[in-house]
Amino acid sequence: MSAPISAIREPLITGSKTYHTITEDICGPTERTPTTAWMIAFIVAVTGLALYAFSVTWTVWVGIGSWNLNRTINWGWDITNFVWWVGIGHAGTLISAILLLFRQKWRTGVNRAAEAMTIFAVMCAGQFPLIHMGRLWLGFFIFPYPNTRGPLWVNFNSPLLWDVFAISTYFTVSLLFWYTGLVPDFATVRDRAKGLRRKIYNYISFGWTGSAKHWQRWESLSLVLAGLATPLVLSVHTIVSFDFATSVIPGWHTTIFPPYFVAGAIFSGFAMVQTLMIMTRKVLKLEDYITLEHIDSMNKVILATGSIVGVAYLTELFIAWYSGYIYEQFAFYNRVMGPYFWSYIGMMGCNVISPQIFWSKKMRRSILVTFFMSIFINIGMWFERFVIIASTLARDYLPSSWSYYSPSWVEVCLFIGTLGLFSTLYLVFMRVAPVVAVAEIKAILKTAGDQYVGPNIKHDNDHKESTHH
Amino acid sequence: MKQESTQVLYGLYNDEEVLLHAVKKAKEDHLDIMDVYSPFPIHGLDNILGLTESRIHIAGFIYGLIGCLSAFLFMTWVFTRDWPIIFGGKPYFSALAFIPITFEVTVLFASVGMVVTFYTICGMGPGVDNPTLDDRITDDKFCIAFDVDDADEAKQTVLRQFLTDTGAEEVNVKSI
Repeated sequence: MSAPISAIREPLITGSKTYHTITEDICGPTERTPTTAWMIAFIVAVTGLALYAFSVTWTVWVGIGSWNLNRTINWGWDITNFVWWVGIGHAGTLISAILLLFRQKWRTGVNRAAEAMTIFAVMCAGQFPLIHMGRLWLGFFIFPYPNTRGPLWVNFNSPLLWDVFAISTYFTVSLLFWYTGLVPDFATVRDRAKGLRRKIYNYISFGWTGSAKHWQRWESLSLVLAGLATPLVLSVHTIVSFDFATSVIPGWHTTIFPPYFVAGAIFSGFAMVQTLMIMTRKVLKLEDYITLEHIDSMNKVILATGSIVGVAYLTELFIAWYSGYIYEQFAFYNRVMGPYFWSYIGMMGCNVISPQIFWSKKMRRSILVTFFMSIFINIGMWFERFVIIASTLARDYLPSSWSYYSPSWVEVCLFIGTLGLFSTLYLVFMRVAPVVAVAEIKAILKTAGDQYVGPNIKHDNDHKESTHH
Repeated sequence: MKQESTQVLYGLYNDEEVLLHAVKKAKEDHLDIMDVYSPFPIHGLDNILGLTESRIHIAGFIYGLIGCLSAFLFMTWVFTRDWPIIFGGKPYFSALAFIPITFEVTVLFASVGMVVTFYTICGMGPGVDNPTLDDRITDDKFCIAFDVDDADEAKQTVLRQFLTDTGAEEVNVKSI
């Protein structure tokens, strides 16, 4: 018998699904010809990708001089985009790892797509430090390999190198975690397919059979990987924040950065998950698996993390004033009132003020509001990184070197290009893999399906109380 | 994997709870189950089947320990023996600054090691072609399989009877 579940818990799977209909619903989209909507989206995404390839080639050919960075503002859109993408790449592992440890059942509907999004976002993030090197074919210099220059090693005391390790580890572990979850589902797709398609899915499903011993090991592996990924996900953005926090630049040199960055990362990551989920569930008709309950839960996380970020902004301002240190005070005065005041307003408005509407349950459960909010938050979090990076650098210790920066067309195209890269990868993923974890959904069906729990409970389940309205 | 094929008698069930009862019954009757296949992990099945707890986490710990020590000792060697450089007036051996990389490498070794171990001990990997009994096992059927290579007619009849009695919807023989 399944575990007793409170009757007031909302069901997470609606439409009285059986195991077979779950397979049909989720594997079906990978088997049909793509819809027109998908084709149009794909063409747009690939155009973005082509723009990306063009801008990278341009940057390499002409040199970093094609960007508008200058001696004072030596980090601009590039690092802003890097931190933005890394932040977005935090929700997937948070959903799949931390919520697994917390036994949150609602993670099951969204974890697969969120993890895919994580991996693609980290791929986009990784582009920027590489391009910023200028000679990106020498990118392997960042790894400590035995070389003919001594060997001269990399600086293991540098946060920028910690970043290399953090991001590459994060990418690898997320990929393994995600793929291990996909293997049983690829086997499901394999067993429904014929001919060449079957051969391909047989190759990528690694010969999965569904044996009891394999499932036992698989569950054990997933749990330990989740345990490892939990501190990992917190460490990644902590280390990204060290890029700033360990420098002696007023406005960056603060101990609040690690928790504040991690909260911001989760905040922006969930916003991106919402953006994608709302579109995915509509296009693939997965409303029964990604329900309003899921959207509501994620909006609660957004509200909580958004408010944490808000408290962090105010704490920064207070501490700057309270420190009595004029350079720190000026750095924050400059953020709010300086030449980039508009980005500070964008940040505060999108990240702190607007999510407060999610205190209302009605707003949390409105698809339209959630969709626009998720876009707002993505914009707001981009502004946050821009505020931290560009507005701080623009006013350094020496007024004679103060400067103003706006991006060149190459930098703008690089950013739009990574959006294209991200969308292309996500759209391909939607076509070839089950976007909801099939096996995991089946495993929670009897404790979360609407014929077993919630107001529409079936009467033949006499051991459970039903709630009638 | 296996060179010679095995004759397998198997029953397909429609529900995991029916299957759990059947497995329990099989254990009471001292029938030797070859394997149980299901579309998703069934809780409590490993206990009833008498599977020992997976030791993959122990392997993970060992890999992690190797990663931890190699990262920390390598950085220590580089900065105290191989090429000592002073950064920002700090000591050569700045243990605190080594923590982030040590942590990341620990996690990396543990995860990669465990995943590789998992696929190896399960006999799985890219392109591996393990025989399956029925295509619906990854969809909505739950399967109990008996190895009947050496079983005589009488034994097979007992097993068939057992499968139908415990609620199997289909009983088949297949050599894999």
